[in-house]
Amino acid sequence: MSSRIAQIRLVSSHPEVYEPCDDSFALVDALLADRKNLLEHQPTLCLELGCGSGYVITSLALIVGQEAHYIATDINPHAVRVARETLEAHGVHAELITTNIASGLEKRLAGLVDVIVVNPPYVPTPEDEVGHEGIASAWAGGENGRSVIDKILPVADNLLSEKGWLYMVTLTENNPSEICLQMKEKGYASRIIVQRLTEEENLQIIKFWRDFDSQLEAKGMVANKTVSSRVMESLLSQFHIMPFLRGSNKQQ
Amino acid sequence: MRLLTHNMLSSNIKGVTNGFPLRIEIEKVVEKQVDFNADFLRNMFPKIEWKALVGAARTLGYVELPEEVEPSRLDSEDFLRKFHHALLELHLEEGALVCPETGRRFPVSKGIPNMLLHEDEV
Repeated sequence: MSSRIAQIRLVSSHPEVYEPCDDSFALVDALLADRKNLLEHQPTLCLELGCGSGYVITSLALIVGQEAHYIATDINPHAVRVARETLEAHGVHAELITTNIASGLEKRLAGLVDVIVVNPPYVPTPEDEVGHEGIASAWAGGENGRSVIDKILPVADNLLSEKGWLYMVTLTENNPSEICLQMKEKGYASRIIVQRLTEEENLQIIKFWRDFDSQLEAKGMVANKTVSSRVMESLLSQFHIMPFLRGSNKQQ
Repeated sequence: MRLLTHNMLSSNIKGVTNGFPLRIEIEKVVEKQVDFNADFLRNMFPKIEWKALVGAARTLGYVELPEEVEPSRLDSEDFLRKFHHALLELHLEEGALVCPETGRRFPVSKGIPNMLLHEDEV
C-alpha cells in the first residue's frame, strides 16, 4: 500500500530545480484537507502547471489514485525530468511536458480538465527576471508577484471542465482578494483552504470552482456596476479571519 | 509519452491554424504495461479525437483500432482492451512531434515532449 502523499526522501533533485518547500507543503496539505471532496469529485483529468520536483503531482496522484489521468508541465526541462524520477520512485504515473504554462495543450484540453493545481512563481521581483530558464522560473513573479499568475488564470479558466476545480498558492503580496474578485467576474466561487504564516511568507491556498450564483452575478455586473461593491463586501466577509487582507484593501 | 498525450497536443506556433494532429517521427517506441480500468476508458473516450488516435497507433505499428467507432463499442471488453493498449501502453520514448502546417519539429526525449517555442514563434 502506497503512502498518502509523496515522501521527501523519494523526491528527486537537481541544482536547477526548486525543492519542495513550505509553499509546496501548504499546497499538498490543502489537497489532503480536501481529500474527501476530491475522491467524491472523481476527476478524470488532472493537471499541474509548473510541477518543479514533482512533489505536488505525485502527492495528488497518491491522494486521488490511478483512476484519473495526470499531466504535469514545467518550463524548466530539468524539472520535468526530476518530476518523472519522483513519480517513478512512488510508483505513480503522470505524463510530463516541457512547456510554458499549458502551451500546446490549450486547444485540445479546453473544458476537459477536472482538477488543476498550481504553485506559481509568486515572489515579487523585477519584471525582467520573469520566465527565464532554470530555477529562477520557479519563483520570479514580476510586479507584486502577479506576472505569471495573471497569465495562468485565463488559461485555467479555459481548461477547466464544467465541474473543474483549481487549487492555487498565493502570497499576501499577490493581493489574493483581488484575484478572487477577478475569478468571481469569470463565474468562480473561491475559498481559502489553508493559510500558513512561515518565517518569511504569508501563504494562502485558494480553491476556485465554477459557481452558478457567481456566474449570474458576473453577468449582472456587466449590466450593473454597483454589484461589484456588493461582491467585494461578500468577499471580505469571507476573510474575517484574515485581518491583513482587510488592511490591504483599505489601502486601495 | 503515451498516445493519450499525443492526442492532447497541438502545434502552438503563432499563426498556425491547423496544428493537430502532430505528425510522429519515431526513433524508439516502448510498451509499458498499465492496469486495465474500463471505467477510466469510458470516461476518457468522449475526450479523445478518434481519428488522430487511430493514425498515431498505426504510425507506431499498432493496427487493431477500427477506423470508425460507435459509442456502443464501449460495452465490449475486447474493444476496450485495444483502446487501452493504444491510449496508455504505447509510448513514444525518442523521436519528435512535427507541426503539420510548418514542419517544425518538437523533440521527444526520454518520453518527454518539448513544446517550448523560440522567441519568434510566440
